[in-house]
Amino acid sequence: MSVFHRFANPNRFLKLTNQVLPWVSGLTVISLAVGLYMSFFTSPPDYQQGESVRIMYIHVPSAWMAMFVYTSIAIASVCSLIWRHPLADLAAKASAPIGAGFTFLALATGSLWGKPMWGAWWVWDARLTSVLILFFLYLGHMALMNAFEEQERGNKAAAVLAIVGFVNIPIIKFSVDWWNTLHQPASVMRADGPTIDPSMLWPLMIMGIAFKLFYIVVLLIRIKSELIEAKLRKYRRAVVDKAH
Amino acid sequence: MTRKSRRMYVLVVAIALLASATALVLTALDDNITYFYSPSDLKTKQVTIGRAIRLGGLVEDGTFEKLGDGLKVKFSITDGAETVAVTYQGILPDLFREGQGVITEGSLNEKGEFIAHEVLAKHDENYMPTEVIEALKASGEWRGDEEQVTE
Repeated sequence: MSVFHRFANPNRFLKLTNQVLPWVSGLTVISLAVGLYMSFFTSPPDYQQGESVRIMYIHVPSAWMAMFVYTSIAIASVCSLIWRHPLADLAAKASAPIGAGFTFLALATGSLWGKPMWGAWWVWDARLTSVLILFFLYLGHMALMNAFEEQERGNKAAAVLAIVGFVNIPIIKFSVDWWNTLHQPASVMRADGPTIDPSMLWPLMIMGIAFKLFYIVVLLIRIKSELIEAKLRKYRRAVVDKAH
Repeated sequence: MTRKSRRMYVLVVAIALLASATALVLTALDDNITYFYSPSDLKTKQVTIGRAIRLGGLVEDGTFEKLGDGLKVKFSITDGAETVAVTYQGILPDLFREGQGVITEGSLNEKGEFIAHEVLAKHDENYMPTEVIEALKASGEWRGDEEQVTE
């Protein structure tokens, strides 16, 4: 547990963050630029969907991130409840709005894609409904964290919610296999290999990496600002105490 | 037992209970979560006439025809084992074609025909550029099972 607790020290964490941040930011910009260029210009139109398939390059990475960020929050919540790691609550708190944003993006682009392809903006099939529940879980997590006078109690309640809500993640992933749905089955993460042509899989993968890096950048910035805010509060209290 | 390990055990047990409870609920609700019935389900589930349901499957090759003024269409939906005749009046989605997966919403009439008031196209999980499909077809490798293109 020693490595785990080394970064519990806010100053050590801030120092490391400041070192890593420029690199990760640079990589994010590069991968996003390359990914978007490939998605919109060099990748071919689909044999059935034509140019509309380009929505996939935003929709699919957003949906991946929606589940990835929630999983990160659930893991952080476990660390918070069991080991009381001071950074775990901060990480969960900083992640929730980012995850909610990705989930909203997945829902919105899915809706825009659904209308021309399926013929409907929205249907209540198992995949779409479970992702909508995920979006509400994010909102609930954010609300619960700020619902108490003491931050400590809010953190605990939100951590429990995050862990309980985690049952939704495998349901989202396997909904298309377990039940009849309008949404098609998985194309990339499936046992018998992807069913996407390499010319479309490459831009999708690069966009996936770019979204993941973007999450790391925003997460680090948000944790950093939380830590700085806590420091400021401490100083202000010290000043006030001195004045009295 | 330390406080830490006690917290861990409590959490593991709670997660295990929660997961099994969810699994039981989802299994019990299986019929309600399913978005559509296949033609075979229609036979086994004894769906009553006039009840609103969704029917999904592939549009059978050679069954699509326009009736009267062309707004009303007729086609058959198949899942390989069973086939149901469907009539529908309205706009069909762009992806609609013979061999394509579709989901229709409506009800059965006395003659065992399905009267649909909505038709949605189901997209499959295959993504490929047109040239690859043409190359596959030229070499005879194209299986063209459910994602068959009729041109």
